[in-house]
Amino acid sequence: MTPPATVSPSRLTHLQRLEAESIQIMREVVAECERPVMLYSVGKDSAAMLHVAMKAFYPAKPPFPLLHVDTGWKFRAMIELRDKLVKQLGVELLVHMNPEGIARGVNPFTHGSAVHTDVMKTQGLKQALEKWGFDAAFGGARRDEEKSRAKERIFSFRSDQHRWDPKNQRPELWRLFNARKHKGESVRVFPMSNWTELDIWQYIYLENIPIVPLYLAAERPVVMRDGTLIMVDDDRMPLLPGEKPMMRKVRFRTLGCYPLTGAIESNADTLPLIIQEMLLTKSSERQGRVIDHDQSASMEKKKQEGYF
Amino acid sequence: MSHVSDLIEKDIEAYLHSHQHKSLLRFITCGSVDDGKSTLIGRLLYDSKMIFEDQMAALESDSKKVGTQGGEIDFALLVDGLAAEREQGITIDVAYRFFSTDKRKFIVADTPGHEQYTRNMVTGASGAELAVILIDARKGVLTQTRRHSFIVSLLGIRNVVLAVNKMDLVGFSKETFDKIVADYRTFANRIGLADIVAIPISGLRGDNIAQPSTSMPWYTGPALMAHLETVEIEDRLQHAPFRFPVQWVNRPNLDFRGFAGTIVSGSIGSGDKIRALPSGRESRVTRIVTMDGDLPRAVAGQSVTLTLADEIDVSRGDVLAGTESPPEVADQFETTVIWMADEPLMPGRPYWLKIGTRTATATLAEPKHKINVNTMEKLPAATLALNEIGVCNLALDRAIAFDPYASNRDTGGFILIDRFTNATVAAGLIHVALRKAQNIHWQALDVNKAARAALKGQKPCVLWFTGLSGSGKTAIANLVEKRLLSFGRHTYLLDGDNVRHGLNQDLDFTETGRVENIRRMAQVASLMVDAGLIVLVPFISPFRAERQLARGLFEPGEFFEIHVDAPLAVAEARDPKGLYRKARRGELKNFTGIDSPYEAPEKPEITLDTTRNTVTESADRIVEALRKAGILAGSH
Repeated sequence: MTPPATVSPSRLTHLQRLEAESIQIMREVVAECERPVMLYSVGKDSAAMLHVAMKAFYPAKPPFPLLHVDTGWKFRAMIELRDKLVKQLGVELLVHMNPEGIARGVNPFTHGSAVHTDVMKTQGLKQALEKWGFDAAFGGARRDEEKSRAKERIFSFRSDQHRWDPKNQRPELWRLFNARKHKGESVRVFPMSNWTELDIWQYIYLENIPIVPLYLAAERPVVMRDGTLIMVDDDRMPLLPGEKPMMRKVRFRTLGCYPLTGAIESNADTLPLIIQEMLLTKSSERQGRVIDHDQSASMEKKKQEGYF
Repeated sequence: MSHVSDLIEKDIEAYLHSHQHKSLLRFITCGSVDDGKSTLIGRLLYDSKMIFEDQMAALESDSKKVGTQGGEIDFALLVDGLAAEREQGITIDVAYRFFSTDKRKFIVADTPGHEQYTRNMVTGASGAELAVILIDARKGVLTQTRRHSFIVSLLGIRNVVLAVNKMDLVGFSKETFDKIVADYRTFANRIGLADIVAIPISGLRGDNIAQPSTSMPWYTGPALMAHLETVEIEDRLQHAPFRFPVQWVNRPNLDFRGFAGTIVSGSIGSGDKIRALPSGRESRVTRIVTMDGDLPRAVAGQSVTLTLADEIDVSRGDVLAGTESPPEVADQFETTVIWMADEPLMPGRPYWLKIGTRTATATLAEPKHKINVNTMEKLPAATLALNEIGVCNLALDRAIAFDPYASNRDTGGFILIDRFTNATVAAGLIHVALRKAQNIHWQALDVNKAARAALKGQKPCVLWFTGLSGSGKTAIANLVEKRLLSFGRHTYLLDGDNVRHGLNQDLDFTETGRVENIRRMAQVASLMVDAGLIVLVPFISPFRAERQLARGLFEPGEFFEIHVDAPLAVAEARDPKGLYRKARRGELKNFTGIDSPYEAPEKPEITLDTTRNTVTESADRIVEALRKAGILAGSH
């Protein structure tokens, strides 16, 4: 990625510029915050973000741990890749699962996606940040994901209650970030803000970054539920009367909790084919996320509550 | 998102290869909704095929429901979505949109709203390499056009596109277009904008956006998209002298010490000589380290890690520069300041200043003038309010390396941060260093503080007593000084009232006057500590910010903040000088505790509760604390 011996000085490519910008943001947080952490969801955006972090601090390891807020319902392939990568890269991983949620047996089937996400993800994240006293958390969100994110700052400040106060965000000029905060306050930092979905894929392709195989098409057991193809990833998934898992060649555009993530039928089993499919596709990325279909779940509201 | 290229379908790998070599252009669009700005951006997204079918379906139905185009597709709806957010009171300074064509990726800064326009536009323009200034062909050059252009010029954007929009509503008239362009060029020349490309467009109909217009055969220049795709952005940063603000020192083990940062201008090769600033020490670059292998050479825009041949003292905030044309080093500047906070600028109050990777303490003088952004007229001003732009002298507590903003945005642009709310309150541009500061170097004298203190056999420090009038500050300070004297210590009690009679007799009791009063007191105390004395300062000093300023003048361990705590009711009942009575009668304005606030210290070194302890007990506690801190250890 970084140009070889013959740099044409005036012509850094858009990916080189994006990478350099993300590195600068990460280093700034490490220099100015006391206890940063990188939220790591194992998805493609996290994969690209982690790769940039490895570059930003090389030859040192990233001077912060990764935090995976597990819900207990992630695809098994995600956990496998996570554990393999952590070992391979020699980075520290913290895993948190909301103990209250576990005690109450919260799951997406009986509680619905909204409750499950709130308890296991939003509350779980807050608990984890408090438990380890993190004052800065990197997230992989991008501004192109949807209209309401277009105006998001790169440094997004949260009160000591983790609330996002949209009226109290700071202007960001040049490459200057004001990371100062009071005790108890924290900041969510989005170093990949200016990347698009295509940029992320292209970067993963060029840099040969490991991703969860579920992004690539393969024969997988699925059921059709409410118009969405849901993969039967383990035997905890209760089948409705008449439902019978069928093998289909499918892949996923986004990854989360398997009962909440819709698959698409596809033959794209290489990275270039995925990118091709994405470029030719006719629907936007978040469509596969069941969570966005829940009516009261506007991103704005979720953000104020502490969901990314 | 059916991209424009057929290559995607035919040969995706070839497409990816070409996409990999795309460049990036960041631009800002200036204009209001009335000028058709949202429509234009929506049209650019649409024409570059960045709209998905589900979004398109939503757009079609929204256009019928709430569109302003009589059921036709209303492109503005693609980017607006901001009205609802405004109603919720969400501050939007800049929205960023992304699109790409086969040649380039684009990041558009869109600054909505009229009310906060200056603040928003300055923020958006700070990151832009090109500005698209929109003009409604029916209205021509308006006040707001001049305002936008002034900010574009101020923020140093050299490439300007004048997009004369709504040409369909003026019958695609060449005369109208030519007249507007001529008017604009006359004005633009005056404010130093030279590189202007004018394009007649219709955002609504798509004329000269992605495709050349068939309705304006008289226009032979490029369509807007074609221009954006091919315009050469002057890469003067690549040819400018090397500048590398050190962001982070990378020390994974004892064998490696690297300086991580982003090259903000110029280039560097391994073996090149560098100078670290402000120290002025020189060394050579031994390696340019990246995870992808060492580079022989790195250029502006790249984030790298440098190692040096010599173990010179370099830390975060320093600037590494080429030795041939290093930046200047100074601590006082003439600057342009754009105020971005509700609370106005307070001359004399310390703010954090962040420039590059350096944070320092800054105080600003009263503005020399402010600028009316509509007329560019210079107006007298005592302060700057939200959205006001003015020219101010600024002083730092330390010298920094800098370049004038006009030659380098990253080493000449700064933000100001409120020290208590932590809010970013202003953006600023350095023009020149003030000569007086450059010529008066801090003299590193042979006889120094340590030598003077050693002669007295003591460790100098300042005891800063803060508290309400009547809390007992002076009485306690008096007693502490007597004790210290009896131990053979060299002291001085700097009394607030006495200083008001002499050094500070020109100051009043307004907030500004008080800020300056404290600044001078702190400076005097600092000189006395430098002389080796233990200085006692009983002084109401009601504002945290100014006490913080005072603290900042001393070395760690030298400043003892002593909170002489008495509730207002108790202090008022004591009223030794009869001042509370006067204040209550309204004869004394701005009296702390009555009509001016007292901000209690958050973490004082010593807190004295004067409702429980006598003056003697309080003095004993202070002496004990000094003993523990090693201040009284010595040969006596």
